[in-house]
Amino acid sequence: MISQTRYLFVAMVLFLLGLSGIFLNRKNIIILLMSIELMLLSINFNFIIFSVFLDDILGQLFALLVLTVAAAESAIGLAILVIYYRVRGTIAIEFIDLMKG
Amino acid sequence: MYLSIIFLPLIGSILSGLFGRFLTPRGAAFVTILGMSLACFISIVLFFEVGFSGSPCYIKLSPWLDSEMFDACWGFYFDSLTVSMCFTVTLISTLVHLYSTSYMSHDPHQPRFMAYLSLFTFFMLMLITADNFIQLFLGWEGVGLCSYLLINFWFTRLQANKAAIKAMVINRVGDVGLALGVFSVFVVFKTCDYSVVFSLVPHVAGVTYNFLGFEVDALSTIGLLLFVGAVGKSAQIGLHTWLPDAMEGPTPVSALIHAATMVTAGVYLIIRCSPLYEYSGYALIVITIFGALTAFIAGTIGLVQNDLKKVIAYSTCSQLGYMVFACGLSNYSVSMFHLINHAYFKALLFLSAGSVIHALNDEQDMRRMGGLLQVLPYTYVMILIGSLALMGFPFLTGFYSKDVILEIAYAKYSLHGTFAHWLGVISAGITAFYSFRLIYLTFVSNPNGYKNAMQGAHDAPLPMAIPLFVLCIGSIFVGYLTKDLFIGLGTPFWNNAIFIAPQNLTMIDAEFIPTHIKWLPVIVSLAGASLSMIVYHSFKDFLFAVCTHPFGRNIFVFLNRRWLFDKLQNELIGSVILKLGYNTTYKLVDKGIIEIFGPKGFAFLTLTFSKQVSDLQSGLVHQYAFIMFIGVTLFMTKLLLWPIFAALIDINLYFIVIATLMFTNYFVIKLS
Repeated sequence: MISQTRYLFVAMVLFLLGLSGIFLNRKNIIILLMSIELMLLSINFNFIIFSVFLDDILGQLFALLVLTVAAAESAIGLAILVIYYRVRGTIAIEFIDLMKG
Repeated sequence: MYLSIIFLPLIGSILSGLFGRFLTPRGAAFVTILGMSLACFISIVLFFEVGFSGSPCYIKLSPWLDSEMFDACWGFYFDSLTVSMCFTVTLISTLVHLYSTSYMSHDPHQPRFMAYLSLFTFFMLMLITADNFIQLFLGWEGVGLCSYLLINFWFTRLQANKAAIKAMVINRVGDVGLALGVFSVFVVFKTCDYSVVFSLVPHVAGVTYNFLGFEVDALSTIGLLLFVGAVGKSAQIGLHTWLPDAMEGPTPVSALIHAATMVTAGVYLIIRCSPLYEYSGYALIVITIFGALTAFIAGTIGLVQNDLKKVIAYSTCSQLGYMVFACGLSNYSVSMFHLINHAYFKALLFLSAGSVIHALNDEQDMRRMGGLLQVLPYTYVMILIGSLALMGFPFLTGFYSKDVILEIAYAKYSLHGTFAHWLGVISAGITAFYSFRLIYLTFVSNPNGYKNAMQGAHDAPLPMAIPLFVLCIGSIFVGYLTKDLFIGLGTPFWNNAIFIAPQNLTMIDAEFIPTHIKWLPVIVSLAGASLSMIVYHSFKDFLFAVCTHPFGRNIFVFLNRRWLFDKLQNELIGSVILKLGYNTTYKLVDKGIIEIFGPKGFAFLTLTFSKQVSDLQSGLVHQYAFIMFIGVTLFMTKLLLWPIFAALIDINLYFIVIATLMFTNYFVIKLS
């Protein structure tokens, strides 16, 4: 049997990929959303791994919950993006700094 | 009745000072004079009740400062010393008020002037009726304040401003001494109440206490510290320079404050503390020497002054020296006697001088007077009587006190006694010399003034003439009438107000000194007066030759420039302190260290820091994410790997790191 650490390693790599996708990405806000999805996915992966290894169904149920929330979140995010593009005419990240202090 | 004597002047002052606009100058003058003359009348009654009938009175009004052992009450103590002072102060004050109504009649600020005069009288009465050192200190500072206000009464004159500030600052030096003295009294006696302190004095004779790190004899040190206060207030040598400059004020002020009453506060303090001084070791010797030197030095300066009022001011200084060394020789009653006598003839001299100045359109230089004998005969008589009384002409007021002072000085048969005696005798001659020089230059010599000034000259109007007359009567008769009361052998008048240790009594010895020594002061005085008249009348060329001869000129300049006391004070002390104050404490400390590390630097730091912090909020999401990531990573590290780092990092170092960061930051920003 493949040890638990291997699985967790995959999940962590996925998570870090998503994370670096967020702060290394300078171009497009859609990529940012994708990175967030990727991170959620890796977390889901973690849930499932632990659920399997601990023999507990709760983790898998929770993963389903997270999936739903993630879908809703990306739907809202994309909707906001569409509106934002209509208003500002761009979705490039370096121009989205209206909250600058 | 006892309290109304103190508060009537205050009420007059408040009415005249705050509501003078509504009262008109005449109304203000009426109110203040009414208050003062009532107070004067009451003080006569008090003098009878407390002085003659021998019933001291003690009034405790209310607690003032009450803190554990320290208690200062509003208490008033009337014994024969107090009532003697009260009577003198209120009488002179009333006369000066009356005089001022005419002297200041052309001044638009007359109500203010009257208010200040009354306020001064209130504080002076506060000073002399106090029953503890704290209240005395209140009166002491109050009269200093009024002195400042009155010297500076014509506040548009630069000279008056300078003189007022000088008086204030020099008096501060003395006040520090007095304050330290009062603190020491509290440290040693654990109270500031006169009655307690003076009854405890014999028990602390020889006790030492820690003063500025030295173990010193308590009573001597307290005596010397209180004397420093007296030196400041009573213009003794060293701190006397403010008194002649204070003549910038209106002349009634000079008469009331800088001749008759306020400057005697120092002498009063010494007399009041007589039990303390009697048990102190060497304080009395120091007082004697200072007093004698003051009498002599101020007299010599007075010889060559050209300003009418300054001559009289130096004369005051000199007479204060007499009073002080009489105290130093343990003859407090004689000192008090001289104080009261001096108040009459010195007020008379000043008020007459004011009359001359008033008549000549505010001309004060004696070289531009002369020939006023025909124009101002009344004033001339007054000044003549005042001068004769001052120089101790037989059977006038000054004679009774001054001669006794010199006799007891001789009868002391000690080094400092003889020192004081000879300086006193010489000063008596000098006093006569400059008094008659003043009379000659002002009244007798050929007219040297401006024609229009002489044409407009008129003798004193009635409100000015009445005070002069009353003081003149006082100058002639007071000494004769009160000699036996104040200094008669075995007089019961002082009962417990003055204490003289038996071994210090010289009154009896003074009766048995050689006759020629007894005669000496009178002879010297008459000789000085005659010499002055002869030299100024017949040997003017000789005088001129002496003053222009290189050696004589040096002496003349030395005396005319007041023994260079002002120069020494300015150059050795004043300028050094000024430089220290500007370069070090102001530029380096106040505007430098304190401001950079204090408010300014702190504001600057806050500003730059907040700018830096606000730069962090870039609005860029990926940066936020990055910072969050770093933060979470550090947090996790702290949680999981802390045992590894803990050994390396001392929590206290953070403060140093933060402080260093703040200041490096600040200086980097300031330089850039």
